Amino acid sequence: MDLYEYQGKELFARAGIPVSQGRVATTPEEARAAAEEIGGQVVVKAQVLTGGRGKAGGIKLAASPDEAEERAREILGLDIRGHVVRKLWIEKASDIAKEYYLSVTFDRGEKKPLFMFTTQGGMDIEEVAAESPEALARLHVEPLAGFQPWQARWLCFAAGLEDPDEQKQVMAIVAKLYGAFVDFDAMLCEVNPLIVTPDGEVKALDSKFTVDDNALFRHADVAEMRDVEAADPRERLAREKGVTYVKLDGEIGILGNGAGLVMATLDVIDQVGGRPANFCDLGGGGDAQGVVDALEVITSDDQVEAILFNIFGGITRCDEVARGILTALGQMTIEHPIVVRLDGTNAEEGRQMLVDAAPPDLYVEETMLAAAERVVEVAKAKAA
Amino acid sequence: MAIVVDRDTRLVVQGITGREGSFHATRNLRYGTNVVAGVTPAKGGMDVEGIPVFDTVRDAVAETSPNTAMVFVPARFAADAIYEAVDAGIETVICITEGLPAHDMLRVYNYVRPKGVTLIGPNCPGVLSPGKANVGIIPAEIFSEGSVGLVSRSGTLTYQIGHELTQLGIGQSTIVGIGGDPVVGSSFVDVLARFEADPETELVVMVGEIGGNEEEKAAEFIAEQMSTPVVAYIAGFTAPPGKTMGHAGAIISGSAGTARAKKEALEARGVRVGTNPTEAARLAAEAVGARTA
Repeated sequence: MDLYEYQGKELFARAGIPVSQGRVATTPEEARAAAEEIGGQVVVKAQVLTGGRGKAGGIKLAASPDEAEERAREILGLDIRGHVVRKLWIEKASDIAKEYYLSVTFDRGEKKPLFMFTTQGGMDIEEVAAESPEALARLHVEPLAGFQPWQARWLCFAAGLEDPDEQKQVMAIVAKLYGAFVDFDAMLCEVNPLIVTPDGEVKALDSKFTVDDNALFRHADVAEMRDVEAADPRERLAREKGVTYVKLDGEIGILGNGAGLVMATLDVIDQVGGRPANFCDLGGGGDAQGVVDALEVITSDDQVEAILFNIFGGITRCDEVARGILTALGQMTIEHPIVVRLDGTNAEEGRQMLVDAAPPDLYVEETMLAAAERVVEVAKAKAA
Repeated sequence: MAIVVDRDTRLVVQGITGREGSFHATRNLRYGTNVVAGVTPAKGGMDVEGIPVFDTVRDAVAETSPNTAMVFVPARFAADAIYEAVDAGIETVICITEGLPAHDMLRVYNYVRPKGVTLIGPNCPGVLSPGKANVGIIPAEIFSEGSVGLVSRSGTLTYQIGHELTQLGIGQSTIVGIGGDPVVGSSFVDVLARFEADPETELVVMVGEIGGNEEEKAAEFIAEQMSTPVVAYIAGFTAPPGKTMGHAGAIISGSAGTARAKKEALEARGVRVGTNPTEAARLAAEAVGARTA
């Protein structure tokens, strides 16, 4: 789960990392009130879960509450890489003398947390890594021993940070960032930029914070930060119903059992000239309620022209899945043609059940490839 | 021979009195797996279809000498269950449970690794050596005895490819589901090394998907350290970046972990990659045919 800048900064503040004071605003009037409360020059920052806000016009300075209201009016509703701005963070403006970069990430390849620090901040870190790798200090932490103070010292010296006063502050922030990373089960904690003010104060000007979904059960407060309104409406519906669903941009609705099999199905649809509308995993079961829920989510997408069920029966037998599909179709009206591919345990019985029941506009196939070709064909016929 | 589980496997099932645990422990027992014990705290003394239940893994070890543990306890207790098995001296731990926090797994991995314990999973379907032992939830009916090894991050996709191999008359030595999480106990390279050392395995089919760089590491290992041929399949060419595709580990981060990069890395090292599960099975059949001809 990705957090907004202001949410990440809240967790930073809780960990003792210095951030500027600010307020959340959802209307121009709230932005004005926030600016009045904070006083002086403020920055109006779009809160979206994507990068490139500055270039898209999502971050603007305001010298007065009037200006803050005006800037908020401009930024609210902006579309930044497909994310519509609905929330703003109004923050006391900072004078910037230097910009650094600091992060700790979950390095799944090495199976250890990885620190990265460079004094070339404010840039895309992949660019720094590619163009001047010697400027980027990288260090893994042994998960069982945990963070040790020498690691913060090493990062500072390796990155060429020489000012003793800055070193002291950065070292403290490194230690606290590791604390936040572990305490909140983060997959990523990034500060870009980590700034030094003309007075020599080091603080986090931005935050990127990703928390492990599997660990949210022990962070009820963080779980509540999820902005359900911002998600695609179909993905929101899926979450409510407990369906594993990802919206894509095609016309073939897809359900299958097992994440790998569904991913393979999307690829095969693409190979035969169709475009998948979604990823949807029914999981191991094939009970009627699960099928009903998944179909409701999939058919709420207007782009869908036809639906493909790709089921491989293992312990859940194909005849059970066929029964689930027939029960589900009896409980709801689906206006799209459906292709069902059943293979594996009791596949023949399952297919026969579907053929015997013969619901309108339902086609039964035996192989993945034949089913993919068939569903693309019926989708094109329907669209024509 | 086979790898990870075989006729010498003596299995203890952690979480045996739960609905899933008892169902699958009983299934594994009926398949012929030597299930010697179960563990559920405070249920010691009872039995599940004749399998004695103990309060702790240490008790189970003292009484029944298991060498393999299967973890079926809920996600928030699963890391603890793995530590308990390892500390009781179990050599092979297979964790079926899905949804373990990644940080828990990071510590488990770094604790278990230096001890030389084999950890498979979490979030995996388990390990099946057809005709010998089944530990986990893999439907054994669709597989048959033979000489092709199968290793995969995905359950149903493995069943799909195994089924197609079986229909082509090609049996399997062992099927290993390594799991779909960002950090798993055994990587492709770990399992490939076991297959390489297994005289009965003549060919390996490796089934990867988006996320991480374990397929790339496998490509290097295959080229430099394996004589047993490998064919591969990768799922997720159409997956968008930044979205988790069902498995916690199936996510393209920035420009890293794409299916295309994995396919290219494998092909650059001479590994043939099928464009769909059917083609992967066919490539395997061709390779086995070429070897036996």
